[in-house]
Amino acid sequence: MPGGVATQHIISIGDFNRNEIDQLLDHARQIDENQYDKFALQGKILAVLFFEPSTRTRMSFESAMARLGGASISVSNVEACSIAKGETLADTIRVVSGYADAIVIRHPKEGAARLAAEFAHVPVINAGDGAGQHPSQTLLDLYTIRQSMPIDGIDVALVGDLRYGRTAHSLASALSLYGVRLHTISPKGLELPASLVTHLSEKGMEIIEHEDINEIIGKVDVLYVTRIQRERFPDSTSYFNVASSYRITPELLIGARKHLIVLHPLPRVDEIDPRVDALSHARYFEQSGNGVPVRMAMLLRVMK
Amino acid sequence: MTKEENAGDAGDEDLLVRRIKNGTVIDHINGGEALNVVKILGITGSTTESLSIATNVVSGHMGKKDIVKLSNRELSKEEVNRIALISPRATINIIRNFKVYRKKGVEIPTLIEGSVRCPNPGCITNTNEPIKSRFTVLPNGLRCLYCDSVITKDLTSHII
Repeated sequence: MPGGVATQHIISIGDFNRNEIDQLLDHARQIDENQYDKFALQGKILAVLFFEPSTRTRMSFESAMARLGGASISVSNVEACSIAKGETLADTIRVVSGYADAIVIRHPKEGAARLAAEFAHVPVINAGDGAGQHPSQTLLDLYTIRQSMPIDGIDVALVGDLRYGRTAHSLASALSLYGVRLHTISPKGLELPASLVTHLSEKGMEIIEHEDINEIIGKVDVLYVTRIQRERFPDSTSYFNVASSYRITPELLIGARKHLIVLHPLPRVDEIDPRVDALSHARYFEQSGNGVPVRMAMLLRVMK
Repeated sequence: MTKEENAGDAGDEDLLVRRIKNGTVIDHINGGEALNVVKILGITGSTTESLSIATNVVSGHMGKKDIVKLSNRELSKEEVNRIALISPRATINIIRNFKVYRKKGVEIPTLIEGSVRCPNPGCITNTNEPIKSRFTVLPNGLRCLYCDSVITKDLTSHII
């Protein structure tokens, strides 16, 4: 509430240092092992403000709140809400601050969550702003990697649309804290933004660009696949041509390290062959399920 | 602190730029940047200030420099900081009654607020929200505090 101790927000993974991330992931693991107070947020209300459609993120935040004994309120139809009537986000946030103990926001404009944090009297958690940040996804990505291996010094390949994919940007930034070597494979025009590459390289991260997944499949520990969106291409033929060359198949994974894990923020379309689901490498459904304990740890961090 | 002459008026420059009675003389602007300085100050053809500009004047230690003289207006700290972005060696001389009343260099600020537009059309600062744009100053450019977009070149085209 206003006054007193500074309100704690979670806006960007860049606001965390390595120690803070590790603490949050340790806490998520305790929760995952059922060591948590099921009434920790009893009597608390979370406002779920999603100005863009979402299934997983929204449901897992609501599930996380319910598991901690709290309640969620939300706008069911953004078209009908006051924003559609021309109200500024700043005003909406000031109003909603009076209804809830914390706000989770997803918004199409980049920087919207930071703006929300400036106007809110309660903690704000960013659940994705445009092509910008998506810290809860990054934390659960890190958590999923850590379930299989220590993150320090591993080789991670980012595959797919690395230009517009916000999950890839946030994850790359976070991995730079762990001395990870980053490999990127993306269609022409959808490469990791040059400004981000420069920024991460200056922080000492080694980033290697590849033309073909086959070049590196035997050398990486994590394959992080993102969706290549059809609307980025002039016609469906060029989309299918590009998409097929980035598809993860059991045949491709024959050359992979035994412990390699395949991650995907979901929803997937054609990027991963459904036959991969049955392989030991596939971790994307566990990754999605990890959203709940990680988001529980985030809610506790800002509300306790 | 007083000085008998307006800064930048030594020697032959008198032929180019007349002394002003009251106002601001911006000296040691990087050669060729004077018009951008004027743009940063928001001076357009429709403003009322009396303005003199000298470009590519021979300078002892800079090679070539530009000078801008602005009558009846003393620059604020915020305006001075904006100039530092494109001409970090500029000096600002406040003139009162033909004398240099105060002289100072410009400081590159750590944060730029409200004077640069974010180049990202998807940034929340390019909407009707009641906020000013804010950028942190990097060694090689500016980073938007809201969307993390970086401006590394052609900074003047982003000045509001």
